[in-house]
Amino acid sequence: MKALISFYQSSIGKKWIVALTGVVLVLFVTGHMLGNLQVFLGAEAINIYAEKLQNLGELLWVVRAVLLATILLHITTTVLLAIQSAKARPQKYAVTRRVQATIAARTMLLSGLVLISFIIFHILHFTAQTVDPQWRQWHDAAGRHDVHDMIVAGFQSPLVAGFYILAVFLLCLHMSHGIQSFLQTLGVRTRALAAPVAKLSPLFAWAVFLGYASIPLAVQFGFLKLLHH
Amino acid sequence: MNLTLRVWRQANGKEAGKFVEYEAKNIPEACSFLEMLDIVNEDLDAKGIEPIAFDHDCREGICGMCSLVINGVAHGPERATTTCQLHMRHFKDGEVIYIEPWRAAAFPVLKDLVVDRTAFDRIQQAGGFVTARAGSPPDANSVPIPKQNADMAMDAAACIGCGACVAACPNSSAMLFVGAKISHLALLPQGQPERTRRAIKMVRTMDQEGFGNCSNFYECEAVCPAEIDVGFIARMNREFALATVKETVGL
Amino acid sequence: MAKLDSKIPDGPLEKKWAKHCFDSKLINPANRRKYTIIVVGSGLAGAAAASTLGDMGYKVKCFCYQDSPRRAHSIAAQGGINAAKNYQNDGDSVHRLFYDTVKGGDFRAREANVYRLAEVSANIIDQCVAQGVPFAREYGGLLANRSFGGAQVSRTFYARGQTGQQLLIGAYSALERQIAAGTVEMFARTEMLDLVVVDGHAKGIVVRDMVTGEVSSHAGDTVLLATGGYGNVFYLSTNAKGCNATAAYRAYKRGAFFANPCYTQIHPTCIPVAGDYQSKLTLMSESLRNDGRVWVPKRKEDCGKPPSQIAEEDRDYYLERKYPSFGNLAPRDISSRAAKQVCDEGRGVGPGGLGVYLDFADAINRLGEHVVRERYGNLFDMYHKITGENAYQVPMRIYPAVHYTMGGLWVDYNLMSNLPGLHVLGEANFSDHGANRLGASALMQGLADGYFVIPYTIGNYLATQSGKKVTTDHPEFKKVEAEINARIARLMAIKGKRTVDSFHRELGLLLWDKCGMGRTDAGLREALEKIPKIREEFWSNVNVHGTADSLNQSLEKAGRVADFLEFGELMVRDALERRESCGGHFREEFQTEDGEAVRNDEEFTHVAAWEYTGDDTPPIRNVEELEFDNVHLAVRSYK
Ligand SMILES: Cc1cc2nc3c(=O)[nH]c(=O)nc-3n(C[C@H](O)[C@H](O)[C@H](O)COP(=O)(O)OP(=O)(O)OC[C@H]3O[C@@H](n4cnc5c(N)ncnc54)[C@H](O)[C@@H]3O)c2cc1C
Ligand code: HEM
Ligand code: HEM
Ligand code: SF4
Ligand code: F3S
Ligand code: FES
Repeated sequence: MKALISFYQSSIGKKWIVALTGVVLVLFVTGHMLGNLQVFLGAEAINIYAEKLQNLGELLWVVRAVLLATILLHITTTVLLAIQSAKARPQKYAVTRRVQATIAARTMLLSGLVLISFIIFHILHFTAQTVDPQWRQWHDAAGRHDVHDMIVAGFQSPLVAGFYILAVFLLCLHMSHGIQSFLQTLGVRTRALAAPVAKLSPLFAWAVFLGYASIPLAVQFGFLKLLHH
Repeated sequence: MNLTLRVWRQANGKEAGKFVEYEAKNIPEACSFLEMLDIVNEDLDAKGIEPIAFDHDCREGICGMCSLVINGVAHGPERATTTCQLHMRHFKDGEVIYIEPWRAAAFPVLKDLVVDRTAFDRIQQAGGFVTARAGSPPDANSVPIPKQNADMAMDAAACIGCGACVAACPNSSAMLFVGAKISHLALLPQGQPERTRRAIKMVRTMDQEGFGNCSNFYECEAVCPAEIDVGFIARMNREFALATVKETVGL
Repeated sequence: MAKLDSKIPDGPLEKKWAKHCFDSKLINPANRRKYTIIVVGSGLAGAAAASTLGDMGYKVKCFCYQDSPRRAHSIAAQGGINAAKNYQNDGDSVHRLFYDTVKGGDFRAREANVYRLAEVSANIIDQCVAQGVPFAREYGGLLANRSFGGAQVSRTFYARGQTGQQLLIGAYSALERQIAAGTVEMFARTEMLDLVVVDGHAKGIVVRDMVTGEVSSHAGDTVLLATGGYGNVFYLSTNAKGCNATAAYRAYKRGAFFANPCYTQIHPTCIPVAGDYQSKLTLMSESLRNDGRVWVPKRKEDCGKPPSQIAEEDRDYYLERKYPSFGNLAPRDISSRAAKQVCDEGRGVGPGGLGVYLDFADAINRLGEHVVRERYGNLFDMYHKITGENAYQVPMRIYPAVHYTMGGLWVDYNLMSNLPGLHVLGEANFSDHGANRLGASALMQGLADGYFVIPYTIGNYLATQSGKKVTTDHPEFKKVEAEINARIARLMAIKGKRTVDSFHRELGLLLWDKCGMGRTDAGLREALEKIPKIREEFWSNVNVHGTADSLNQSLEKAGRVADFLEFGELMVRDALERRESCGGHFREEFQTEDGEAVRNDEEFTHVAAWEYTGDDTPPIRNVEELEFDNVHLAVRSYK
C-alpha cells in the first residue's frame, strides 16, 4: 500500500493513472461510437441495443460508477500534474518556439475541459433527458424506448448539432495525442514503434471523429429522419 | 554581419533580472555563437560595462556546460548541436536574437545566463551508479553483452547532462535526462542488481528537485544535442512501474 | 641541487609493483575516517581517486571549477583507452605495452612507472565495465578493440567517439555514490588558488567559491592534485576554456618541483584557425588518417586555387613521400612537424596559409561514399558544423594544435611530489609519457593513478602523519588566505585598458611561435625576454570588471592568465636548457639532414625538475637521471 501511495505521489505514477484511465475512456468512446452508429441500421437495431444496455440492471450502474470514477480520476490527476508543471517554471520565457510539440499535445487540458462540459451536457441531453423530458415517454412499436427518434430529435437544432461536432472534434484532437501518449506513458512505444504509432494515433482519432460526427451531420442533411414522432 | 541581441541580465540569484539590448557588430559568419558573445563581451569590456556571464568550457559539444535559449529554442536553431557548436552562418544579417538562460524552478539563475544545475548531480547520487568497488570486478569479458544492448545503452549514455531537455520542455521536466540515465544502466547486466532501487530513487529525487512532469511533448528530444530518444522516457516509465510492482509484492 | 629520490623499488621490473604494494604501509580501516584527503580535480584521475579513497573509508573533500564533476576535460577524449588485455590474441602483453609506451615517449620516461601502468591497465577495463561503461562490442557480445595511433596490436577500447565521456561518467557515478554515502564532500564551482604548506608538508588549500566570491581554506592530512594539463598556456588549444596551470603552478611556487614543462604534444589533425576571434581549436580524431591522404600544392602559386583545380601531379603528398612505410599514419609529433614545414615553405592552404589538405577522394572512389560515411560520418558532420564545408566533396583542411602536456609536477613512485604530503595524479604529473604520449594512453594513466596506484601508495605518507592534524586555524592558512585576498584586490584595482583575453592571446601566440612545434635557441631567448614585459603590462594595464564577491568570469580568467604568464617563462626556460630534440620537443638545431629529430642521450637522459627560488631569482634545474635496464635506447624511425 505504501508503495502504491508513493507511486501515486510520483510524477510517473500519476502519468500511469492518467494513461490507464485514458485507455478506459478511449475504449468506452470507441465502443460507444460503434453502438451509436447502429442508428444508421434503422430504429429497430439501435433501440434493441439500447434496451439491452438498459436491461443490464445493476451491472449498468457498476459500469457507470466505474466510468465516473475513471473520468474523475483522469481529470483530478491531470489537473494535479498541470499544477506541478506550472510550478516547475515560475519564470516564463520571453520568446518560445516549439520545435515538434503538436497542437493537439499543447491543448490537452483545454480540449479535456471542454470535453467534460460537453459530457455533462450530453448526459443531461440523452441519458437524463432533462433537456426535453418528453423523450422519456417516446417508445417504438415494440414498446422499447425510442432512442432512434430521440437522437434524431436531439440533433434537429443546428446549434446542438454544431456543439456536438465541435466536441467530437476536440475529442479527436485529444485522442490524436492521447493514444500515442498513453502508449509512451505505459512504456509500450518503443523506438521501432514510434513512427507507426505517430501515424496511426491521429488516424484512429479521425476515424472516431468521423464516426461520431456522421450522426448529427446525417440528421442535419436529412438522411436520418424521425420515424415515429 | 550585424545583429541586435536582447540578453537576460541578472546580477545574482536574489535580484530581479531584465533584458538589455546590445549591438553585435562585424560578426564573422564563421565564428561560433559563443565566440560572437566573446566579441560582444570584449566590446562591453572596452566600454566599461560588465561582460555577460555565460557557462561554457569544452567548446566542442561534449562537456554539457554551455546553455542558452536562443530565440526560444534551447541550444539554438540547429538540431543535435550545442550552443558552443552553433555557428553564426545560421543567422541572418540584422536579425534580433533573444538570449535567455535555462528557465526552471530546479535550475535557479546564478548570474545573467548562468544557472545552477546541481539538481542533476543529486539525481545521480540517488542511484545513477553501479556499486563496484575498485579492484573487485571480474574480468571484463566474463559477461558477454549482446551488441544490440550495448549499443542501445551507449545511445542512452551519450547524454551530456546539459539540461537543454528541461529548458525546452514546456513543463520543465527532466524526464529525458533521467530516462537516459536509468535506461543506460537498466540495459546492461552490470546494472541489474540495483535496477529496482535505482528507478525508484532517481524518479523520487527528480520529483523532489521540483522538475515538472512529462506530457509527451517531445520538445526535449528535438533540442537534445546528444539526440537522446524519447523512447528512453518510455523505458523509464516501464522501469518505474515494474519497480513499484516488485516493491509492492516484495520481490 | 636537490637530490630527487624516485623511490623506485628494487628487484626485477615485473616484481617491483607487487613488492611495493606489499611493502607499503596500510591504514587500519577503522582509522581511515580520521584522515582527511583533499582531492583537487574531478577528471578521470581525480574522480577515480576521490571515489576509491572514499569507498575505502577516508574522509575526502573533492574540488572542481565546473558546475559538476562530470564536466572535467577528460570528457573530451574521443579515441579510446589502451589496455594490455590481449583480447584479440594478436601478441599483446604487459611487456609490449610497456615497451611501446617507453619508445613512444622517446625514452624519457621512468621504466618502473610505465611498467606499472601497463600492468594495471587490464584492471581498468574490468573496473569500467563493472561500472557500466558501454564499450563497443562485437556481435558475440565480447569487447571490441581497434588499433590506434599506429600501434601494431589492437589494444584500444572505445565507446563510439566519446570514450572520455563514458569513462568519466563511470568515475563520476562512483564519485556521486560516495557523495551520497557521505564519505566524499564535493565542492563544485570552487577554484583552488593556492596550496598551504605547514612545517614543510602540504596540509591544505585555499579556494574561491566562484559563485559568492568567498575565499576560504580547507585543511587535510594530504593534498592530491589532479588538475589536468597546462595546454591552455598557448591560448589556442584543444583544451577546455577553463583548463589552467594555477593549481600546479601554485604548488610549484610553494616548493613542489615542476618536471619537463617543455614537453607539450601537438596533435596533427585539428581544424585550422579561421580568424582572430577564434577561442579554441577542435580535434578531429586521428583515425581519419587511416583513410585520408595528406597533401599540399607543390607550388606556392597554387595555394589560392580551389583544390579541385590542382592537378594530381601538382600535389605533394608529403607524408607518403617522406615516410614511405608509415605514410599518412606517421606518429603525432612527426606528422605535426611535417605540416609545419610545408606551411613554413609557404605551401599551406586556407586562411593565413596555415592548413594542409586531408583528402578522402581516393577513399571515396575505392570504398564508396557510404563506407566513408559509416566510418567517419560523425567526424564529417562535426567538420561541417564548424567550417560549413562538405568534406565528401572538398578535402578537409587540418592543422596541428596543442593537445596534451607531458610535463607536470614531479612525483616519485608513490605519486608524491618532493613536497611531502602533495600527491599529483593524471595529466598534472609528469610521470609516464616521457617526451611524447601515445594515443589512448592518457585516459589509461589517469584511471590507473586514481583507481589502482594512489589507494595503495597513499598509506606510505598517511602512516607517518597520525596525530599531526592541522586545522585551518593554523596561522599559515590565514597568511595564505590574506595573500590571495590581496592578489584578488590587486587584480580588481588595476582598472587598465586591456582585456584579460588580449594578454592571454599575446602570450599564446608568442609561445606558439617560439616554443611550439619547432624551437630554436634564439627564439626561446627572445621569448624569455618578452614574457616578463607582457607580464609587467598585464599587472599595470589589465581591466577586470565587476566585483570580487560575485560570480565574475573576468576575475577567474585574470587569475589564471596571471599564472600562465609566469608559467610560460618556466616552460621556455626548460625548452632552452634541453639541447636536444625528443618527442614533442623539437629543437631545430638538433636534427638530421632530412629534418628528423636527434636526441642527445649522453647529456639528457634525465628528467629536469625545476625548483622555485623566488620571483626575482631564476629557478634551479634539478635532475633525475633515467636508467634503462630493460629496453635499450634506440632511434625512433618511421621511414
Ligand atoms: C580533445 C582531447 C582528446 C583527447 N583524446 C584522448 C584519447 O582519445 N585517449 C587518451 O588516452 N587521451 C586523450 N586525451 C587526453 C586525456 O583526455 C587527458 O589527458 C586526461 O583526460 C586528463 O585527465 P585528468 O583527470 O588528469 O584531468 P582533467 O580531466 O583535465 O581534469 C582536471 C580537473 O581539475 C579541475 N581543476 C583544474 N584546475 C583547478 C583549480 N584551479 N581548482 C579546482 N579544480 C581545478 C577541473 O575542474 C577538473 O575537474 C585527449 C585530450 C583532449 C583535450
Ligand atoms: C454523436 C454523438 C453521440 C451520440 C449520438 C450519443 C448518444 C448517446 C445516447 C443515446 C446515450 C444514452 C444511452 C442510454 O441512456 O441509453 C449516451 C450516453 C452517454 N454518452 Fe453519448 N453520444 C454521443 C457522443 C458521446 C461522446 C463524444 C461522449 C464522450 C466523450 C459520450 C459519452 C456518453 C456518456 C458518458 C453517456 C452516459 C452513459 C451512461 O448512461 O452511463 N457520448 N450517448
Ligand atoms: C472521453 C474523454 C477522454 C478521453 C478519451 C481521454 C483520453 C486521454 C488519453 C488517452 C490521454 C493520454 C494519457 C497519457 O498521456 O498517457 C489523456 C491525457 C490527458 N487528458 Fe484526457 N481523456 C478524456 C477526457 C479528458 C477530460 C475531461 C480532461 C479534462 C481535464 C482530460 C485531460 C487530459 C489531459 C490534460 C491529459 C494530458 C495529461 C498529461 O499528459 O500530462 N481528458 N486523455
Ligand atoms: S538528455 Fe539531452 S538535452 Fe537532456 S541533459 Fe542529456 S544531453 Fe542534454
Ligand atoms: S518535452 Fe517535456 S513533456 Fe516530456 S517528452 Fe519531453 S519531457
Ligand atoms: S561548452 Fe562544452 S558542450 Fe558547449
